[in-house]
Amino acid sequence: MPTTAIAGPAPDPMGAGRTLTPEFLAPETPTPETIAHLEERARHVRLETIRLIAIAKVGHYSSTFSCAELFATLYYDAMRLRHGEPRWPDRDRFLMGKGHAAVGLYPLLADWGFFPKELLDGYTRLGNPLGDHPDMTKVPGVDFSSGSIGHALSAGLGMVMGGRMMGRRFDVYVMLGDGEMQEGQVWEAAMAAAHQKAGNLIAIVDRNGYQLDGQVDEVMGIEPLADKWRAFGWEVHEVDGHDVAALATLFRRLKQDKTRRKPACVIARTLKGKGVGYMEREAGWHLGYLAPEDEAAAIAEIMGQPAGSAILQGDAQ
Amino acid sequence: MTATNTLAGPVNPGSWQYRQLNARAPGLSYLSDALSALVEDGHPVMAGTADLQYSNGLARFAARYPDRFIQFGISEQNMVSAAAGIATTGVMPFVATFASFLGLLCCEQIRMDVAYSALPVRLIGHHAGIALGFYGTSHHATEDLAIMRSIAGLTVVNPADGPQLAAAIKASADHPEPIYFRIGRGQEPNVYDDLPDFRFGKAIEHETGTDLTIIACGTMVHPSREAVRALRASGLSVGLIDMHTIKPLDRDAVLAAAERSRIILTVEEHNILGGLGGAVAEVMAEAGTKAVLIRHGIRDEYSLIAPPTHLYRHYQLDAAGIETVVRDILA
Repeated sequence: MPTTAIAGPAPDPMGAGRTLTPEFLAPETPTPETIAHLEERARHVRLETIRLIAIAKVGHYSSTFSCAELFATLYYDAMRLRHGEPRWPDRDRFLMGKGHAAVGLYPLLADWGFFPKELLDGYTRLGNPLGDHPDMTKVPGVDFSSGSIGHALSAGLGMVMGGRMMGRRFDVYVMLGDGEMQEGQVWEAAMAAAHQKAGNLIAIVDRNGYQLDGQVDEVMGIEPLADKWRAFGWEVHEVDGHDVAALATLFRRLKQDKTRRKPACVIARTLKGKGVGYMEREAGWHLGYLAPEDEAAAIAEIMGQPAGSAILQGDAQ
Repeated sequence: MTATNTLAGPVNPGSWQYRQLNARAPGLSYLSDALSALVEDGHPVMAGTADLQYSNGLARFAARYPDRFIQFGISEQNMVSAAAGIATTGVMPFVATFASFLGLLCCEQIRMDVAYSALPVRLIGHHAGIALGFYGTSHHATEDLAIMRSIAGLTVVNPADGPQLAAAIKASADHPEPIYFRIGRGQEPNVYDDLPDFRFGKAIEHETGTDLTIIACGTMVHPSREAVRALRASGLSVGLIDMHTIKPLDRDAVLAAAERSRIILTVEEHNILGGLGGAVAEVMAEAGTKAVLIRHGIRDEYSLIAPPTHLYRHYQLDAAGIETVVRDILA
């Protein structure tokens, strides 16, 4: 089971008081061991994504690869979770506007003991709860269903409001696609979250630059994105979304800052397809399928072996 | 009921808000009062609206429980999705806006975030049907029952009046599924006394008849009852059923009425397609009843604009109109 200073299944030291104390939190800067652990977990996300999509025969490789470090940092450093207790009421929540990256989340949920790992082996098969998009009624550990883009930030805000009424203090992380910024409801929720001073709501934009029909800024421009969030009353941070040390430091700071009354938006600059050279270089991998030889090359590259020329022959089209 | 004793701030007696909160729409008080009763009984209730706290009377609840009220502003979709998020934390949210916007604008949020996610959100669509009269067809909701009825896992209730709404809200505390409450504009005469018996999915039989049975819902129960009284007084054997729950529909009540009566007449403030008439038609067709079905309501058209009482007369959805419809059928 995963163990880190923050994310481990430690009891709440404040009991019913629910206020996180500084000593409960790890220092802001992650240790080299933590960084190595998070990098290994990000590799695990990519390898499992390849393994699971091979079962379905088609899937969202590149959309998942762009947020592998985000998944790893959130689930193994930032979030307060309890192993085997997916419904622990004081847990931090994670919602995905870009639900199509769920294939990368499932292995982490299994790792946390929320459901048996064997379920992964039947990904997308009839009767298996794990589909391309996450379903909270079927998959323990999925905090909210996704699939229609644009709803998640509203639902996350609702969790903040409900937690506030129930006297619970947890953080709510909502990962949004950059194409998702085109949905009007995102901005309804952004306006409302600032109005409600939802300081424990953290939006993360996976700014990988692509959506299904091409480059985000060609399909429908969203810049200046940071200015938009600031104008809506959010505290904005821009970060390299593949640098686990930077991500962990930022998320730790956000968690420690109990005086923040603004919701926080993390714009994570990422590469769609990060970790597999031919996906990074070619558009069109939003949905794809790997031939066996391409799969082997991708795995080798993720495992840190030099990329061979055969990789470039990969063609998902 | 006065506005000033329930609001946090002063309300100008000449203002629209004051009129809404006073005797002009007494039915509005039932929503807030029923929610307050749930709070007083210890239920973790929250309420929200989208810039319509005076139209639906939730201003009363907001003044009483400001920490349990969320003003969402004019963002209905955000409100519905946020209500789903609220429900995940163990709170029971009631969110209210005009039925036209809730049922149509927020249809997908209701399907995805509320019903598909199986969260106990309570959706209140008020001013349903043609209740908003001359405000425009944009504000009329004659499709919402059809839409909501086709969303799996959603209970659909159309109370006849404020007391029945209050009873349904009280009953909802023990109802695990999400619910769509379809209500009027708060100016309808009451059919029931305070807190009548209410069970989801259990119709209320007012009268039995062999010539014809009216199955009505929502605001159409009161004028139907008036019509049935006049018809029975003239010797016709006419029954009346209040079908307050559109889904799950009380099949037994429909089939019993169809066994007893030659004709079933559904009466609804809704398109005759897909709503109460559609639901009853499905039951009767599948069972192969001998009774004939006639559907009365808005006949697949965009309703005209006029003061509501003029519209009810025009569409024969007032007591006199319903009586005429029945006499014409039985002639």
